[in-house]
Amino acid sequence: MKYVNHPVRKKDAMSLLLGKPVFMDDLARPDCLIVKVLRSPHANALVEEIKTEAAKKVPGIEAIYTWEDVPQNRFTMAGQTYPEASPYDRLILDRHVRYVGDPVAIVAGENEKAVDRALKIIKVRYQVLEPVLDFRAAKDNAILVHPEDNWKALCQVGADNKRNLCASDVSGEGDVEAVLADCDVVIDETYHTLANQQAMMETFRTECYLDTYGRLNIFSSTQIVFHVRRIISNALGIPKSKIRVSKPRIGGGFGAKQTVVAEVFPAFVTWKTGKPSKMIFSREESQIASSPRHEMEMHVRLGANRDGKIRAIDLYTLSNTGAYGEHGPTTVGLSGHKSIPLYGSLEAHRFAYDVVYTNVMSAGAYRGYGATQGIFAVESAVNQLAMKLAMDPVELREKNMVREGQIMPAYYNEPANSCALDRCMARCSQLMNWKEKYPCRDMGNGKVRSVGVAMAMQGSGISGVDVGSATIRLSEDGLYNLTVGSGDMGTGSDTILAQMAADCLDCDVEDIMVFSADTDISPYDSGSYASSTTYITGKAVEKACGKLKEQILMKAAEALALPAEELEFSGKAVTHPASGRQISLAELATKFMCGNNSSFQVTESNSSPVSPPPFMVGMVEIELDKATGQVDIIDYKAVVDCGTPVNPNLARVQTEGGIVQGIGMALYENIQYTEKGRLKNNSFMQYKLPTRLDMGRLQVEFESSYEPTGPFGAKSIGEIVINTPSPAIAHAIANATGIWFRELPITSEKIAMALLEKEQ
Amino acid sequence: MKLTVTLNGKKIQEEISPDLVLLDFVRAHGCHSVKRGCDTSNCGLCTVFLDGKPVLSCSVLAARAEGRRVDTLEGLQEEAAEFAAFIADQGAEQCGFCNPGFVMNALALFRENPRPTDQEILTYLAGNLCRCSGYEGQLRGIRAFLEWKEGGGRA
Repeated sequence: MKYVNHPVRKKDAMSLLLGKPVFMDDLARPDCLIVKVLRSPHANALVEEIKTEAAKKVPGIEAIYTWEDVPQNRFTMAGQTYPEASPYDRLILDRHVRYVGDPVAIVAGENEKAVDRALKIIKVRYQVLEPVLDFRAAKDNAILVHPEDNWKALCQVGADNKRNLCASDVSGEGDVEAVLADCDVVIDETYHTLANQQAMMETFRTECYLDTYGRLNIFSSTQIVFHVRRIISNALGIPKSKIRVSKPRIGGGFGAKQTVVAEVFPAFVTWKTGKPSKMIFSREESQIASSPRHEMEMHVRLGANRDGKIRAIDLYTLSNTGAYGEHGPTTVGLSGHKSIPLYGSLEAHRFAYDVVYTNVMSAGAYRGYGATQGIFAVESAVNQLAMKLAMDPVELREKNMVREGQIMPAYYNEPANSCALDRCMARCSQLMNWKEKYPCRDMGNGKVRSVGVAMAMQGSGISGVDVGSATIRLSEDGLYNLTVGSGDMGTGSDTILAQMAADCLDCDVEDIMVFSADTDISPYDSGSYASSTTYITGKAVEKACGKLKEQILMKAAEALALPAEELEFSGKAVTHPASGRQISLAELATKFMCGNNSSFQVTESNSSPVSPPPFMVGMVEIELDKATGQVDIIDYKAVVDCGTPVNPNLARVQTEGGIVQGIGMALYENIQYTEKGRLKNNSFMQYKLPTRLDMGRLQVEFESSYEPTGPFGAKSIGEIVINTPSPAIAHAIANATGIWFRELPITSEKIAMALLEKEQ
Repeated sequence: MKLTVTLNGKKIQEEISPDLVLLDFVRAHGCHSVKRGCDTSNCGLCTVFLDGKPVLSCSVLAARAEGRRVDTLEGLQEEAAEFAAFIADQGAEQCGFCNPGFVMNALALFRENPRPTDQEILTYLAGNLCRCSGYEGQLRGIRAFLEWKEGGGRA
């Protein structure tokens, strides 16, 4: 392979680095109306009266819309394959506002100043209702977040709006209670993770305009062009044929842009006024009214024998979907289905969950998608088990981890056909010098150095659901146009798909011109989420290239008047070895642009009945100051099995980025609500992202298995990488202090206070 | 009020509102590399040079640039390209939204301190947030660039 498994430069790298105008607001029309929304100051309220007359008179104001002006069909903003598991519980504007930040009115005007002024003048009288803010008390609470009768669940997910339930389920295998009763040791603990923000550098933003045909064009920073089309159609009540969605470069997504956070408002304005409009979220709006991680509380019961054999896992997850159910029924599943299978020889397991509505901002999709939360709980419990058994946690895992060929528990009876988790553990221990460093050493200056470990997994696409497609065309100069519907959100998926195409077609990666993504032009793709693009769309590229090669041979046979089976495709030309005759691809393509009756183009789609997990091991070394509770990351070592790394550079940077995001989740990124339900962490002042001074030194290596169903043996990489820091860091802190922290983030204040308490 | 500035070598004279921030002024003049990431001076995305020194243009009134020189990445393409290639070779650009501010501040660092240590690099660039890369690849790229410079800057 010339390109796959090689560190090819991203096709758009230099444009991005040199600041070329490639993002939505760099390209938006200068005459766009500015769209903003007035947001509710109350966590639960009914709009009794809304006065907009004075605001409408502000010079430059084009339109103001309230709940009375919008369609009354409920929809979901979750970008998922139809029929969505997320309930249809939204209106564009609702008379019933359900969190601090819920939109009350849409204002569109010629400039920002006019819009800001109008927003101040609108007078709203609310009937303020008591909110449900504690997610532990939400289920069957007398206060209902969604009392309305036109609330609708399309799928059987155990939802009931009259019980504040967005989803509920229980599954398992074997008699968990009996096995736990028979275990020598049972770890029984509860873990809590918060609604962290993706905090991609480019906030939510969308431009809309009507084109020559009067169709609504939506130009948006989105991971899911096709789902946006359906959602806007649902929200506005207009046919999908009237809508076209495309994306420019995306300034980071991490799942945030798998929800239609910004699109509906400018879409409604442009559809109503006929004028171009754009909405750009401020950072504050992105913090308080968007689609963060689901807050979860996980109760783990982990049973083992004294010799360290793990026999049963019982997990109950309570997930907080907030005011609306975007991704509520699906994220929670991963908290069990992507943590329990890490242990391959369980005698019994049970996984139950409830997903509840509360009066805080709706949650959404964030890298890891529930797996991050579940793995924090299960891996922390395993680390605690090791301490209790006085066993090295690495050895404990070596005894119990899932191995290649095993059927993975709680993973839909799928076997682990490609799994190098054992090699990841061995190599990572080596890199960390684990045996020497575990568990800790006192530095003699009030500081302790300690280490922690965690394993992780994820999926590769959603089995039996996700669809990826690729169209590949031979162009007249002998080069190829590759068109896909998955959206490169900075990960480099456009480039890795081109690498695959180049190896399939035996050409240079520069000869593959990639385009993504536009609902009018691209073949259907469910979108860039669920760790799917490399595995699902990559396979579609492989299939399409194979078929195009057949087409090329047929046409060459026709052009050379020779039998196709005697011809050979050599990348630049088709040759007839017997006679030495050949025709170049450039000649061939040009020839068939004249008097030709069939296309030189192939579209192939791909879906997979399985979702092969990537695996990884992460190990951290920290230095903890016993006086202040300050934790400094010294080293983070990670070894990943993502199957074949299609582009080792990009896979490495994905891993490093995910680890640092995970460090933020573990140590800094706090979500705090006031008693009335207002989010305090509404800017980068109050929501601390890791800087380059906070992440120590990272070292990433790959121990590759070969996934037989993946393109070139590849699995996914994008999400798994955020899953090890929380449990590994909590473990290191426990090894330094003897105290287990089960609630994130583990701030220095919490550590200092806990140490103080321990002393007393 | 009337403002006179030299933006990327070109003299501009125009009537501005006194509360206009430099970020919006330069974007209105086609300098789209300059991005807004936070509104609270935390992210470094809007870094421009004011008389050759890096500033956060979201927190500088355009009026403060009166009579001064403002440079954005648009005006420093050649100098930036030489360095940026090393970041590209690590794949550490990722989504790219923070890249212009990061590249600007890195250039400012190299101008001030052509042979920075790792700690000096990390400290100088601490105000440039990146949510994608985890920073390590950026450090590898900077080191590779500095080594290349040290070796005479030949291919």
